[in-house]
Amino acid sequence: MNCDITLTVNGERYAISVPAHHTLLQVLREQLVLTGTKNGCEAGECGACAVLITWPGADHAEPVNSCMVLAPEVDRAEIVTIEGLAQDSQLDPLQEAFITTGATQCGFCTPGILVNARALLNRNPDPSDIEIREALVGNLCRCTGYIRIIEAVKMAARAGKEVAQ
Amino acid sequence: MTSDQGLGTRNQGAGSNDQGVNPNPQYPIPNIQSKKHSIIGTSPQRIEGRAKVTGAATYVDDMQFGPNLLHGMLKHSPIPHGIIVRIDVSKARALPGVRVVVTGQDFPGYTGLYLKDRRIFALDRVRYVGDAVAAVAADTPEIAARAVDLIEVEYEPLPGVFDPEFGASPEAPLIHPDMDKYECVPFIFPQPGTNVSNWFKVRKGDMEKGWAEADLIYEHKYRVPQVQHVPLETHVCVAQQDVNGKITLWSSSQSPFAQRNLIAKALNISHSKLRVITPYVGGGFGSKAGVSIEGAAVALAMKAKGRPVKLHMTREEEFHTTFVRQGLVAYIKMGMTKDGRITAVQNRFYWDAGASTEYGTNITRAAGYSGTGPYYVPNIHVDSMCVYTNHPIGGAMRGFGMPEIHWGIEQHIDRMAHKLGLDPVQVRLKNCLKDGDETLTGMIMHPTGLSQCIQKAANAIGWGEPSVSSGPHKRRGKGLAAMWKAPAMPPNPGSSATVRMNEDATAIVSIGGVDLGQGALTAMAQLAAEGLGVKMEDIRVNTVDTDYSPYEWQTVASRLTWSMGNAVLQAAENAKHQILQTVAEAWGEDIDDLDIIDGQVVSYKSEESQPLKDIVIYGMQRPDGTWIGGPVVGQGKFMPEYVTPLDAETGQGPRAVVHFTTGCQAVEVEVDDETGQVQVLKIVSAYDVGRAINPDMVRSQMEGGAVQGMSTALLEGIILREGVPMNPNFTDYRIATAVDAPLETESIIVEVPQDDGPFGARGIGEHPMVPTAPAIANAIRNAAGIQLDSMPITSEKVWAALQANGQAPFA
Repeated sequence: MNCDITLTVNGERYAISVPAHHTLLQVLREQLVLTGTKNGCEAGECGACAVLITWPGADHAEPVNSCMVLAPEVDRAEIVTIEGLAQDSQLDPLQEAFITTGATQCGFCTPGILVNARALLNRNPDPSDIEIREALVGNLCRCTGYIRIIEAVKMAARAGKEVAQ
Repeated sequence: MTSDQGLGTRNQGAGSNDQGVNPNPQYPIPNIQSKKHSIIGTSPQRIEGRAKVTGAATYVDDMQFGPNLLHGMLKHSPIPHGIIVRIDVSKARALPGVRVVVTGQDFPGYTGLYLKDRRIFALDRVRYVGDAVAAVAADTPEIAARAVDLIEVEYEPLPGVFDPEFGASPEAPLIHPDMDKYECVPFIFPQPGTNVSNWFKVRKGDMEKGWAEADLIYEHKYRVPQVQHVPLETHVCVAQQDVNGKITLWSSSQSPFAQRNLIAKALNISHSKLRVITPYVGGGFGSKAGVSIEGAAVALAMKAKGRPVKLHMTREEEFHTTFVRQGLVAYIKMGMTKDGRITAVQNRFYWDAGASTEYGTNITRAAGYSGTGPYYVPNIHVDSMCVYTNHPIGGAMRGFGMPEIHWGIEQHIDRMAHKLGLDPVQVRLKNCLKDGDETLTGMIMHPTGLSQCIQKAANAIGWGEPSVSSGPHKRRGKGLAAMWKAPAMPPNPGSSATVRMNEDATAIVSIGGVDLGQGALTAMAQLAAEGLGVKMEDIRVNTVDTDYSPYEWQTVASRLTWSMGNAVLQAAENAKHQILQTVAEAWGEDIDDLDIIDGQVVSYKSEESQPLKDIVIYGMQRPDGTWIGGPVVGQGKFMPEYVTPLDAETGQGPRAVVHFTTGCQAVEVEVDDETGQVQVLKIVSAYDVGRAINPDMVRSQMEGGAVQGMSTALLEGIILREGVPMNPNFTDYRIATAVDAPLETESIIVEVPQDDGPFGARGIGEHPMVPTAPAIANAIRNAAGIQLDSMPITSEKVWAALQANGQAPFA
């Protein structure tokens, strides 16, 4: 069975027909060919597929594992994926910080972590070490040991504060 | 090092480490020794960093094959050991949308890297839960799943082997009765009629004398479970056959060339008719070395009438049907004098190698020739036995046997030091291998910074200074472990590279090695830029396509920086030489007076200079108006030519391996005696990397490896009940998260140059997870006085041990 839905992804509006049993992850990767969002477990356990969703009527975006959302659920939602984090090729301070600190190695967990870290900084512009660790607990990384990821989020937070001042 | 091994003299000083031996005099290396290195030893950012942080980096599953793509799926054995009585695929074939069904009858050949004991599909017998008995390709994943369910397989169950020690005994049922027929490399020693597919022995010195000289003899048993690599990207590949029969395989692989070689041989097709393309790889850690699922995808594609077929492992499949790290039961017996000198070591390693040991046999060999740990020991008796079990297939994993054997060895040293009232750091410094010492296989140890690493790690953790706990029921302690590891590989694995110049004086470096996150692309760009004399940003490095990339054996063994680095440096220097020859003739100067600096040819004599732009393609005009030169393509290659065989009965030989990277880790932990929980506060890593091409990336390897080591130490183990994996998911098989990561890490680079490494470099990728687990165990013993013999060190085990010691508060 298919469902007709409308949604906004990275500022672009789509009216599409989706198989009701498909996940948002499948819609993003297979129908919209936004392959930056990764499939790491399809069970909501690794965070590689995290995207930001603003649900209809909500006033802010929240990070969600897109493998755990069925496609019909995102009707009228606004979604930001890793491809939407940079604005007009201007990287998000988090993306800059991930490059600068060496917080990406194989890069497969990176999109989900960046999206989740963006949500963290949106709700808490100056997180402590433990707040960063707890916010990222659902994002598995096997390469970096997380040390530089935590450092990168702190660096981006500092950059954000400088912009705000 | 003796000169009869063809290596020439060894560099001693840190300042003279760029006198790389030119292994290929056909392409002479110009004199660059007087020049200061501007790029080597600096830390430019990862060259593919922007692609990776924007989601633009393309991995196999991101590639688009259109609606014609077929979805492959494997039919797995649900039992650990049994005879296949009947397979009926007729219902699956009849399902609309199913395009291909294949079984072992279609592709019966054997394959394998070191011992050909593995089929693409089980033919007569299944040997582990997950063994592929058939595969389908269908229009959608849903149809493929239904088709797999419709394949009927009847098994006659056989008794299984679920413990390697039992497996090595005469009572054990045979898992591979045909072992004597398997093709095998000459340095592996199968024992037909048993389950032991390799028995590596070391016999050296006089054991009776060694025990007699000891004041303390201590023997103990240690265990390591099978663990999984857990790359965030599971195994995935797409195969397609064209109208001429040529097959292209897009594969998330550490070994595009080895996959081409093994699959071509298994399917009896020409190497020129198989092309392997590897884009970005989402982690490997050894699991994507060699071949696991890729043969099945190629088999499906050969019957798919030109349609591409994708085979993508689920996370559950990844846990037990690709590769796992072998389990180990280790008996360690050691003699020590009361002043801390090791007099004898007798070790028996029983490897839980799983249902196939095509790759694992060489892990057990590596464990054998490294079986003393990084220490000088005069009297040695080592047996390393690769034992078939009805468990998931053991393959290469970061450390290649070393984390497993060091788990016991490094705890053993600590316990003996403790029993003798000695400082574990001093005991290690006394015994650790130094320049000129003989290793257990009779190789003379090359210059190594191991003593420095031990000393620096101990200093950085505040060795000897008291640890202050954060509260009641908390105990802090410190521990330390040393390590060594050689690249474990055949004696002659080759690397090659080309450096092609563009009109604008940028250069394209082609390599056959894979960047799976470790930073190889960036390190190769640095080596090429340095060798050529251009800026880093003027270098592009290609990912691998076996039709266009030069040969590389495999991306394993921490060998790329060293081996492929030599090839890239030589290719860059060769391109430079070609350019300077042209300029020398055009200018009428001596080539030795010319150099390339920041993309400009300069003459030290005439002080002329000219940008490389255009001349690297079009050549230069002579004074008489004619032209010389032309498109510049530099080439380089490297292959070690000095590794010797080892005696089958004694393990002795002049040169077992190319070199050893050595190092040490020190940790501080806090144990909660109410919960048994262990928090790792700090990990210090100190490694001798020869020369850090990119120091920041070297430190990244140390951090990531330490946390992976910590994760295996505290959390990880595949739980197998009668061969059935019980925890193939991230809820039941936990890996370290950001909350578990140590509060602090410190990474120390020691540089004692490698004589045949590029600018003195040797590998560092695997080593940082080798000593982490025993260092943590030693710290826990220091904190709470408990001994932990088996990994992982769960809170439950710690609490039980505290309780047994009468230390847990709520016993």
